[in-house]
Amino acid sequence: MHKTHAILAAAAATVLAGCASGPSPAELDAQAKAMMMANFRDQGIAKADRLKQDLGQAACSSDKPPADSVAKEIEAAALASIQWPAGGQYFGDWTRGERLAQSGRGMTWTDTSTATKDNGGNCYNCHQIDKAEISHGTIGPSLWNYGKIRGVKDVTDPASAAIIQYTWGKLWNSKAYTACSNMPRFGHMKLLDEGQIRDLMSLLLDPRSPVNQ
Amino acid sequence: MKHLITSAAVAALAFASVGTGFAQDATKGIEEYRKMLEDGNPAELFEMKGEELWKQKRGPKQASLEKCDLGKGPGVVKGAFVELPRYFADTGRVQDLESRLVTCMGTLQGFNEEEIKKTPFGRGEMANVTALATWIATASRGMRFNLPTAHPEERRFYELGKRAFFYRAGPHDFSCAACHAQENIRIRLQDLPNLTKNPGDGVGFAAWPAYRVSNGQMWSMQLRLNDCYRQQRFPYPGFASDVTIALGSYMGINAKGAASIAPAIKR
Amino acid sequence: MADPMRIRAQVTGDKATVRVLMSHEMETGQRKDSAGKTIPAWFIQEVTVAHNGKNVLTAQWGPAVSKNPFMQCVVKGAKAGDKIAVTWVDNKGDKRTDEATVS
Repeated sequence: MHKTHAILAAAAATVLAGCASGPSPAELDAQAKAMMMANFRDQGIAKADRLKQDLGQAACSSDKPPADSVAKEIEAAALASIQWPAGGQYFGDWTRGERLAQSGRGMTWTDTSTATKDNGGNCYNCHQIDKAEISHGTIGPSLWNYGKIRGVKDVTDPASAAIIQYTWGKLWNSKAYTACSNMPRFGHMKLLDEGQIRDLMSLLLDPRSPVNQ
Repeated sequence: MKHLITSAAVAALAFASVGTGFAQDATKGIEEYRKMLEDGNPAELFEMKGEELWKQKRGPKQASLEKCDLGKGPGVVKGAFVELPRYFADTGRVQDLESRLVTCMGTLQGFNEEEIKKTPFGRGEMANVTALATWIATASRGMRFNLPTAHPEERRFYELGKRAFFYRAGPHDFSCAACHAQENIRIRLQDLPNLTKNPGDGVGFAAWPAYRVSNGQMWSMQLRLNDCYRQQRFPYPGFASDVTIALGSYMGINAKGAASIAPAIKR
Repeated sequence: MADPMRIRAQVTGDKATVRVLMSHEMETGQRKDSAGKTIPAWFIQEVTVAHNGKNVLTAQWGPAVSKNPFMQCVVKGAKAGDKIAVTWVDNKGDKRTDEATVS
């Protein structure tokens, strides 16, 4: 009872505030959206339609997280979208993976191609990976000893299957596990292809990779 | 010859002393390097040029900008920078420093405002707008940000800017907030200020225009935002478009009380 | 024409500290533009400093010096009111001289 009154009072206050000082939050949302659509133009490969949001992007566009039910919906859709590697082949070459992790290239209006081969993984921008690289970001967690900490001694051991699948899924579509993750959806958005993701898998999980020493 | 000591501080030489050590040492090294450069910030070259441009009779109307109203009355330069963007009754718009300068270049000097807005950064009259902005910022050095919020349009732009700041889109799902809504985070070795609040004196909004040593360019706030959007993998924001000004209102109002060090010197 | 230099000359004791910022592209001749064409070398080759008309410093510079370079030197015996003139000449033969008064 008490709670209902509080909500009604809050609603009334919002309406009053709306009259006194300009547009309502909903009107501002609509104005902001129209502004975003009108104020950008195509430049090279970066087309104006990049501003169209999918469900997840729209739901993760405020200072407050989306409702739990919406977050669950985003995560379920993302999980269902993951393409698992052809023939169950999860691994590639960690030296190529390290080169990809170092590269921050791709998809800006000064890049000339949207092909996956021209994109980097941007990994070190946000994560520590191999400790030998001191120039690493801290937006994401450290991935030093990623496989070792998680007990991966042999990637063919069935006991490692769960972490291998999770890692592939995280690289393919990070939103499968965290609706508003700051990490790009490398596979889903066609930033990296299967072969490149295999190389990153080896960098992170192969016991021989410098990351797991 | 022997009665003098020469110490030519050259950027390339100073940088050689950075490179090695652990992450913390590297950060410290970069700070030392910036300190060394502060004494010879090439932004001063742009200040000089900006001051000259302000006083010079130019454009089809052969007039100076000395009657330009930057918000504190015609010709008042000191303190104007730390109160922008703000609402201007004559244009009926919230304007930032650069868009206001373009208005003055149009109305007082007779330049074509749309032409200037279309000119690439660093070229022609756009380079002059950057130099002017640098000089005007210098006149408020050490003063604290205090953007007006009395006009409804100023409050509306703050709200639009906040929404733009959190707008997530593009192939990488980035927004301004992806990198600038937390404390103590970095991209590679670059510290990222939290721009959802006052990030402190001389940080974020209180540091631009700034001279970028890595490419030898003077960057205005409009160019700073433009390149943020490039790295965000967004399409190209129009110069002085509402979204860029609204972001200025959001960051500027959040930075209330922060002392300006603009023009700063950056890596 | 090249933009002016920024020269500051301040007395401390029996000498003056001279700080100079020069506006120059300082192209090394090793960079390529977006079309892949080499950008021709363009850099300051000689810098001279004169104290009341008398040369007190001659420096030979090359393409390793940064864009918009900063130079600092100390001139012994310089007093307030003295003139400090700085001149640079680049590899295209362009030349610029600016003068400051010691304060």
